[in-house]
Amino acid sequence: MAAQQLVSVYRKEHFNAAHRLFNASWNNEKNKTVFGKCSNEHYHGHNYELVVKLTGPVDVATGFVFDLKEMSDIITDRILEDFDHKNLNLEVEEFKTVNPTAENIAIVIFNRLRPLFPQHLQLQIRLYETERNFVDYPA
Amino acid sequence: MVYLTRIEYFTAAHKLYNTNWTKEKNEEVFGGCANENWHGHNFDLHVTVKGSPQKDTGFVMDAKVLGQIIKEHIIAKVDHKNLNLDVDFMKDTMCTVENLAIGIWNELLPHLPEEASLHCIRIYETQRIYVEYFGN
Repeated sequence: MAAQQLVSVYRKEHFNAAHRLFNASWNNEKNKTVFGKCSNEHYHGHNYELVVKLTGPVDVATGFVFDLKEMSDIITDRILEDFDHKNLNLEVEEFKTVNPTAENIAIVIFNRLRPLFPQHLQLQIRLYETERNFVDYPA
Repeated sequence: MVYLTRIEYFTAAHKLYNTNWTKEKNEEVFGGCANENWHGHNFDLHVTVKGSPQKDTGFVMDAKVLGQIIKEHIIAKVDHKNLNLDVDFMKDTMCTVENLAIGIWNELLPHLPEEASLHCIRIYETQRIYVEYFGN
Protein backbone atom coordinates (compact mmCIF):
# COMPACT_ATOMS: atom_id res chain seq x y z
CA MET A 1 0.00 0.00 0.00
CA ALA A 2 1.29 3.45 -0.87
CA ALA A 3 2.31 5.69 2.00
CA GLN A 4 -0.34 8.17 3.04
CA GLN A 5 0.10 11.42 1.19
CA LEU A 6 0.21 14.39 3.52
CA VAL A 7 -0.61 17.88 2.31
CA SER A 8 -0.37 21.22 4.15
CA VAL A 9 -3.04 23.87 3.72
CA TYR A 10 -2.61 27.45 4.88
CA ARG A 11 -4.92 30.32 5.71
CA LYS A 12 -3.45 33.80 5.98
CA GLU A 13 -5.17 36.47 8.08
CA HIS A 14 -4.12 39.75 9.63
CA PHE A 15 -4.95 41.91 12.61
CA ASN A 16 -3.83 45.33 13.85
CA ALA A 17 -3.17 45.65 17.55
CA ALA A 18 -1.37 47.67 20.22
CA HIS A 19 0.90 46.09 22.80
CA ARG A 20 3.89 46.68 25.04
CA LEU A 21 6.47 44.29 26.43
CA PHE A 22 6.40 44.53 30.18
CA ASN A 23 7.23 42.21 33.04
CA ALA A 24 5.14 43.38 35.99
CA SER A 25 7.52 41.81 38.51
CA TRP A 26 10.33 44.10 37.31
CA ASN A 27 10.61 47.85 37.84
CA ASN A 28 10.37 50.33 34.94
CA GLU A 29 14.15 50.65 34.60
CA LYS A 30 14.68 46.91 34.25
CA ASN A 31 11.83 46.67 31.72
CA LYS A 32 13.44 49.47 29.75
CA THR A 33 16.84 47.78 29.88
CA VAL A 34 15.50 44.42 28.67
CA PHE A 35 12.72 45.46 26.27
CA GLY A 36 13.95 48.91 25.18
CA LYS A 37 11.43 51.01 23.32
CA CYS A 38 9.04 48.03 23.15
CA SER A 39 8.19 48.72 26.80
CA ASN A 40 6.91 52.29 26.08
CA GLU A 41 4.21 52.79 28.73
CA HIS A 42 1.78 54.25 26.17
CA TYR A 43 2.09 51.17 23.94
CA HIS A 44 3.02 50.85 20.27
CA GLY A 45 1.51 48.56 17.65
CA HIS A 46 1.80 46.28 14.67
CA ASN A 47 0.08 44.92 11.61
CA TYR A 48 0.30 41.26 12.53
CA GLU A 49 0.18 38.67 9.76
CA LEU A 50 -1.07 35.30 10.90
CA VAL A 51 -0.53 32.12 8.90
CA VAL A 52 -2.35 29.03 10.17
CA LYS A 53 -1.12 25.72 8.75
CA LEU A 54 -2.91 22.36 8.86
CA THR A 55 -1.16 19.19 7.70
CA GLY A 56 -2.86 15.86 7.08
CA PRO A 57 -4.22 13.42 4.51
CA VAL A 58 -6.54 14.53 1.73
CA ASP A 59 -10.10 13.46 2.52
CA VAL A 60 -11.28 11.09 -0.22
CA ALA A 61 -14.84 12.37 -0.28
CA THR A 62 -14.12 16.14 -0.37
CA GLY A 63 -10.60 16.33 -1.77
CA PHE A 64 -9.81 18.69 1.14
CA VAL A 65 -7.35 18.44 4.03
CA PHE A 66 -9.73 20.88 5.71
CA ASP A 67 -12.30 23.30 4.28
CA LEU A 68 -10.43 26.63 4.05
CA LYS A 69 -13.62 28.66 4.37
CA GLU A 70 -14.42 26.87 7.61
CA MET A 71 -10.81 27.42 8.73
CA SER A 72 -11.17 31.14 8.02
CA ASP A 73 -14.43 31.30 9.99
CA ILE A 74 -12.81 29.59 12.98
CA ILE A 75 -9.80 31.95 12.95
CA THR A 76 -12.05 34.99 12.58
CA ASP A 77 -14.31 33.88 15.40
CA ARG A 78 -11.65 32.78 17.91
CA ILE A 79 -8.73 35.09 17.10
CA LEU A 80 -9.54 38.13 14.96
CA GLU A 81 -12.70 39.08 16.86
CA ASP A 82 -10.67 39.28 20.08
CA PHE A 83 -7.33 40.60 18.73
CA ASP A 84 -8.08 42.98 15.83
CA HIS A 85 -7.99 46.70 16.69
CA LYS A 86 -7.40 45.78 20.32
CA ASN A 87 -4.80 46.35 22.99
CA LEU A 88 -3.35 42.88 23.58
CA ASN A 89 -2.13 43.63 27.11
CA LEU A 90 -5.41 45.12 28.31
CA GLU A 91 -8.08 43.35 26.29
CA VAL A 92 -7.00 39.77 25.62
CA GLU A 93 -7.55 37.60 28.69
CA GLU A 94 -4.40 35.46 28.32
CA PHE A 95 -2.06 38.49 28.20
CA LYS A 96 -3.21 39.82 31.54
CA THR A 97 -0.64 37.41 32.97
CA VAL A 98 1.61 36.63 29.98
CA ASN A 99 3.92 39.09 28.17
CA PRO A 100 2.53 39.55 24.62
CA THR A 101 5.73 38.84 22.69
CA ALA A 102 5.35 37.34 19.21
CA GLU A 103 6.37 33.99 20.75
CA ASN A 104 3.64 34.09 23.38
CA ILE A 105 1.01 35.37 20.96
CA ALA A 106 1.72 32.39 18.67
CA ILE A 107 1.38 29.98 21.62
CA VAL A 108 -1.89 31.57 22.72
CA ILE A 109 -3.28 31.38 19.19
CA PHE A 110 -2.23 27.72 18.95
CA ASN A 111 -3.86 26.87 22.26
CA ARG A 112 -7.09 28.59 21.26
CA LEU A 113 -7.29 26.89 17.87
CA ARG A 114 -6.01 23.39 18.67
CA PRO A 115 -9.31 22.05 20.10
CA LEU A 116 -11.25 23.34 17.09
CA PHE A 117 -9.49 21.30 14.40
CA PRO A 118 -9.56 17.48 14.09
CA GLN A 119 -6.82 15.84 16.16
CA HIS A 120 -5.38 13.92 13.18
CA LEU A 121 -4.38 17.24 11.53
CA GLN A 122 -1.11 18.86 12.62
CA LEU A 123 -1.47 22.54 13.45
CA GLN A 124 1.28 25.13 13.16
CA ILE A 125 1.12 28.89 13.71
CA ARG A 126 3.35 31.41 11.96
CA LEU A 127 3.04 34.98 13.20
CA TYR A 128 4.70 37.98 11.57
CA GLU A 129 5.08 40.95 13.89
CA THR A 130 6.79 42.91 11.15
CA GLU A 131 7.81 41.85 7.65
CA ARG A 132 11.18 40.90 9.05
CA ASN A 133 10.32 39.46 12.47
CA PHE A 134 8.27 36.28 12.65
CA VAL A 135 7.89 33.17 14.79
CA ASP A 136 6.68 29.60 14.31
CA TYR A 137 4.93 27.48 16.94
CA PRO A 138 5.36 24.59 17.41
CA ALA A 139 9.00 24.89 16.34
CA MET B 1 14.48 66.73 -12.55
CA VAL B 2 14.88 63.42 -10.76
CA TYR B 3 12.76 62.06 -7.89
CA LEU B 4 14.57 60.26 -5.08
CA THR B 5 12.64 58.20 -2.52
CA ARG B 6 13.87 56.92 0.82
CA ILE B 7 11.78 54.30 2.68
CA GLU B 8 11.81 54.05 6.45
CA TYR B 9 9.67 52.10 8.90
CA PHE B 10 8.09 52.64 12.27
CA THR B 11 5.55 50.91 14.49
CA ALA B 12 3.11 52.85 16.63
CA ALA B 13 -0.17 52.77 18.53
CA HIS B 14 -2.99 55.20 17.89
CA LYS B 15 -6.73 55.64 18.00
CA LEU B 16 -9.18 57.66 15.97
CA TYR B 17 -11.26 59.56 18.45
CA ASN B 18 -12.89 62.99 18.28
CA THR B 19 -13.21 64.25 21.85
CA ASN B 20 -16.03 66.62 20.84
CA TRP B 21 -18.20 63.60 20.03
CA THR B 22 -19.82 60.99 22.26
CA LYS B 23 -18.32 57.52 22.53
CA GLU B 24 -21.25 56.20 20.49
CA LYS B 25 -20.68 58.68 17.67
CA ASN B 26 -16.95 57.88 17.61
CA GLU B 27 -17.71 54.18 17.35
CA GLU B 28 -20.24 54.85 14.63
CA VAL B 29 -17.78 56.90 12.54
CA PHE B 30 -14.46 55.18 13.32
CA GLY B 31 -15.55 51.63 14.22
CA GLY B 32 -12.79 49.49 15.74
CA CYS B 33 -10.28 52.32 15.18
CA ALA B 34 -11.95 54.26 18.02
CA ASN B 35 -11.11 51.57 20.61
CA GLU B 36 -10.27 53.54 23.76
CA ASN B 37 -7.38 51.20 24.60
CA TRP B 38 -5.61 51.87 21.28
CA HIS B 39 -4.56 49.61 18.43
CA GLY B 40 -1.47 49.80 16.24
CA HIS B 41 0.29 49.40 12.93
CA ASN B 42 3.59 48.89 11.17
CA PHE B 43 3.85 52.07 9.13
CA ASP B 44 6.01 52.36 5.99
CA LEU B 45 7.13 55.92 5.32
CA HIS B 46 8.21 56.91 1.79
CA VAL B 47 9.85 60.32 1.52
CA THR B 48 10.36 61.61 -2.02
CA VAL B 49 12.54 64.61 -2.83
CA LYS B 50 13.20 66.10 -6.24
CA GLY B 51 16.05 67.97 -7.84
CA SER B 52 18.76 67.81 -10.46
CA PRO B 53 21.67 65.43 -9.99
CA GLN B 54 24.63 67.48 -8.68
CA LYS B 55 27.51 67.75 -11.14
CA ASP B 56 30.13 66.62 -8.67
CA THR B 57 28.30 63.74 -6.96
CA GLY B 58 25.61 62.67 -9.45
CA PHE B 59 23.17 62.70 -6.51
CA VAL B 60 19.94 64.67 -6.14
CA MET B 61 21.02 64.37 -2.53
CA ASP B 62 22.88 61.67 -0.65
CA ALA B 63 20.24 58.98 0.10
CA LYS B 64 22.10 58.03 3.26
CA VAL B 65 21.88 61.61 4.52
CA LEU B 66 18.17 61.68 3.64
CA GLY B 67 17.77 58.51 5.73
CA GLN B 68 19.60 60.13 8.65
CA ILE B 69 17.41 63.25 8.47
CA ILE B 70 14.22 61.14 8.47
CA LYS B 71 15.47 58.99 11.35
CA GLU B 72 16.56 61.98 13.44
CA HIS B 73 13.50 64.18 12.92
CA ILE B 74 10.68 61.65 12.40
CA ILE B 75 11.48 58.05 13.32
CA ALA B 76 12.99 59.00 16.68
CA LYS B 77 9.72 60.75 17.54
CA VAL B 78 7.20 58.19 16.30
CA ASP B 79 8.77 54.71 16.41
CA HIS B 80 7.42 52.49 19.19
CA LYS B 81 5.29 55.40 20.35
CA ASN B 82 1.67 56.27 20.88
CA LEU B 83 0.88 58.80 18.15
CA ASN B 84 -1.92 60.45 20.16
CA LEU B 85 0.02 60.77 23.43
CA ASP B 86 3.74 60.81 22.66
CA VAL B 87 4.19 62.80 19.42
CA ASP B 88 4.41 66.60 19.80
CA PHE B 89 3.47 67.42 16.21
CA MET B 90 0.29 65.31 16.37
CA LYS B 91 -1.05 67.01 19.51
CA ASP B 92 -4.47 68.62 19.00
CA THR B 93 -5.05 66.89 15.69
CA MET B 94 -6.99 63.77 14.72
CA CYS B 95 -4.45 60.95 14.50
CA THR B 96 -5.37 59.71 11.03
CA VAL B 97 -2.72 58.68 8.54
CA GLU B 98 -3.75 61.72 6.45
CA ASN B 99 -2.86 64.13 9.24
CA LEU B 100 0.27 62.16 10.02
CA ALA B 101 1.48 62.70 6.43
CA ILE B 102 0.88 66.46 6.74
CA GLY B 103 2.62 66.54 10.12
CA ILE B 104 5.66 64.66 8.82
CA TRP B 105 5.87 66.98 5.79
CA ASN B 106 5.93 70.04 8.07
CA GLU B 107 8.53 68.49 10.37
CA LEU B 108 10.89 67.45 7.58
CA LEU B 109 10.69 70.52 5.38
CA PRO B 110 13.10 72.77 7.34
CA HIS B 111 15.78 70.05 7.51
CA LEU B 112 16.27 69.24 3.83
CA PRO B 113 19.23 70.65 1.89
CA GLU B 114 18.71 73.42 -0.64
CA GLU B 115 19.34 71.21 -3.65
CA ALA B 116 16.53 68.74 -2.87
CA SER B 117 12.95 69.94 -2.49
CA LEU B 118 10.35 67.84 -0.74
CA HIS B 119 7.95 66.31 -3.24
CA CYS B 120 5.81 63.69 -1.49
CA ILE B 121 5.17 62.01 1.82
CA ARG B 122 3.58 58.61 1.33
CA ILE B 123 2.59 56.50 4.35
CA TYR B 124 1.32 52.94 4.26
CA GLU B 125 -0.84 52.23 7.29
CA THR B 126 -1.48 48.68 6.10
CA GLN B 127 -0.51 46.88 2.90
CA ARG B 128 -3.77 48.02 1.38
CA ILE B 129 -4.15 51.53 2.75
CA TYR B 130 -1.82 54.42 2.02
CA VAL B 131 -1.94 58.20 1.68
CA GLU B 132 0.15 60.73 -0.22
CA TYR B 133 0.69 64.40 0.59
CA PHE B 134 2.35 66.78 -1.85
CA GLY B 135 2.41 69.86 0.34
CA ASN B 136 -0.74 71.61 -0.82
